[in-house]
Amino acid sequence: MKDFLIFDGIHKSFGQYKAVDNVTISINQGEVFSLLGPSGCGKTTLLRLCAGLESPDAGRIILNGTDISNLPPNRRKVNTVFQNYALFPHMSVRENIAFGLKVAGKSRSEIKKDVDAMLDLIQMSDHADKRPALISGGQKQRVAIARALVNKPQVLLLDEPLAALDLKLRQRMLIELDQIHDEVGITFLFVTHDQSEAMSLSDRMAVMNEGKIEQIGRPVEIYESPVSSFTAAFIGDTNFFDGQVIEILPENYSLLSIDGLPDALCFNDTTRTVGDMVHVSVRPEKIMMQRQSPPDDHKMNTIKGVVENLVYLGGSTKYWVRSGEWMISAQQQHHHFQLDEKPLTWDDEVWLSWHADDGFMLERYDLDDEKMLTMPEDGDLLAEDIGDSEEIDDDEAESGAGS
Amino acid sequence: MKLRSSNEIKLSLPSLLWLIIFFMIPTVIVVVISFRNSDPSGGIGAGWSLDGFSDIINSSFALILWRTVKLSLLTTVICLLFAMPVSIYMAKAEEKVQNLLLLLIAIPFWTNFLIRVYAWKVVLHPEGLLKKLLFTFGLISENGSLLYNEGAVLLVLVYTYLPFAILPLYTSIEKFDFRLIEAARDLGSGPVRSFVKIFLPGISQGIISAIMVVFIPALGSYVIPDMVGGPGGEMLGNKIAQRVFVDRNLPKGSALSTLLILAVILPGLIRLFVKRSNFRKVIVKRQKRQDALQ
Repeated sequence: MKDFLIFDGIHKSFGQYKAVDNVTISINQGEVFSLLGPSGCGKTTLLRLCAGLESPDAGRIILNGTDISNLPPNRRKVNTVFQNYALFPHMSVRENIAFGLKVAGKSRSEIKKDVDAMLDLIQMSDHADKRPALISGGQKQRVAIARALVNKPQVLLLDEPLAALDLKLRQRMLIELDQIHDEVGITFLFVTHDQSEAMSLSDRMAVMNEGKIEQIGRPVEIYESPVSSFTAAFIGDTNFFDGQVIEILPENYSLLSIDGLPDALCFNDTTRTVGDMVHVSVRPEKIMMQRQSPPDDHKMNTIKGVVENLVYLGGSTKYWVRSGEWMISAQQQHHHFQLDEKPLTWDDEVWLSWHADDGFMLERYDLDDEKMLTMPEDGDLLAEDIGDSEEIDDDEAESGAGS
Repeated sequence: MKLRSSNEIKLSLPSLLWLIIFFMIPTVIVVVISFRNSDPSGGIGAGWSLDGFSDIINSSFALILWRTVKLSLLTTVICLLFAMPVSIYMAKAEEKVQNLLLLLIAIPFWTNFLIRVYAWKVVLHPEGLLKKLLFTFGLISENGSLLYNEGAVLLVLVYTYLPFAILPLYTSIEKFDFRLIEAARDLGSGPVRSFVKIFLPGISQGIISAIMVVFIPALGSYVIPDMVGGPGGEMLGNKIAQRVFVDRNLPKGSALSTLLILAVILPGLIRLFVKRSNFRKVIVKRQKRQDALQ
């Protein structure tokens, strides 16, 4: 069913701070929908508004055709998996899961049946009588999910449910969450600051920044055709070049002038005109690296540079290549081990090239904007920011702790 | 492990010795004296007897015992009821406000306890401002008294012990994770149920300490009923003092003290025993389940 859960023009401020600023989202039934953004972008507030733990200053929340904006949390057919699970410490796993059913006044036998089924689903039957303090992080996580799911909510709200787990466990729980979703078919509203979680789990996602929606779409749409510099930088890595449109060419292409680089050909979705100042975003993995000048292809943009730094990542290697004033990051997959070819290394001269279709023209983003610095992921979000990478890491650590 | 536990013993030795010398031994002496004969000159006579406990069958004793327990229980309940909202407010307030409130709660302790009770005597005095004020508004009769009754004792008891109830409650509420309340609400529980089923069990340690630091000292009150209680507000503490200082009968005073000590430690012992047997039940249950699995 379309339009199962609708946020309609939601506003929410805390004092002077606008946490959610005119957000409108429509979520389909059975969908896994993610709210993705840096800490403080308003995603958790939006989730709490949906749960009824906050009430909106303006706008409506409509669930399955009913306006639930002003219902208290206990009368909404949504349940939440909290970031730190919020399991009741004085109750056993079984009692935790049974809590919602008991409140709803179900009979003993019914409760037992439902809780047993849930314990089975999350494979916790052997630990049913343990207190939460005695089970592991991953188990707590599963109990929190079960405690919410057992009430058969119309929407399951997940607030950074994997944030407290280590990497391996996170990956496993991600798969389990996906399986649980397949099994129960309930609509999931998933809040995360981790783009890989959002990408791997969601049917659709909304990228949020400073209380506003930047973009809504399927993960592939958002990654491959971001509509704003923020989205491009937040989802995955990218190189930004400041350019100006100097010529509109046939077949939806434009020619751009970039300071210190040869003119570049770039796909144009027809919205840009001559004279527009733009950011050109090119993903590192879309840039090819070669020792020799690539064969001439009028749709390829080619730059010559020198490898200044590289990081071996196992499956791939990431290079930072200097060309004049620009530092460009490029990621190369290792398809096979090339014995006869000397790998590219520091100070090697290389040719970088990317296809005109792999570049995106986006509006100029204010580089002094602090928000850009608080984003997670590596320090190389901006080609120009290489020198400041450590500072960015610090910011990230802080924002991570506060989220 | 061994090293650690031997260190623990060494470290706790001074406080252990302190407790033994100044609490355990005197208590034992009191209990022993309660089984001795009295000496008309005020000392302890020769031989053993149960005469000390003869007060128990005295009808006025039952009345005083009942009043002592009743006033102590009421004090505890009222203190908890007042302390709960204050503690919740404090725990949720900003740190600056928290510190200020903690200071405000501690300020009465800067004034001597006796002086504070005297102050109450002045406030409640028949010629005092409060009485006159209430009389003008017709809330009290000309001959009605605010002083020298059970009510006055209860009032001053609550006044005295309220800070002691607030502190442990505040400490445990401050540690309480209020997201658990959100979780309960999210799971369909109304505000009252969330309070009773999640909040109260969550701060049970604080509640138990608050009860202990109010109820136990209240049981042994002496100064307060002596000063504002009059004959109608006498408590067990006064009776003990009377036996020791007026009647100069140490065994009788000791016997009453022994009863008071028993009254205080009995609930604790019961609790300990119940916990033990619960623990045993859990073990038996677990054993049974394992047997069933095999």
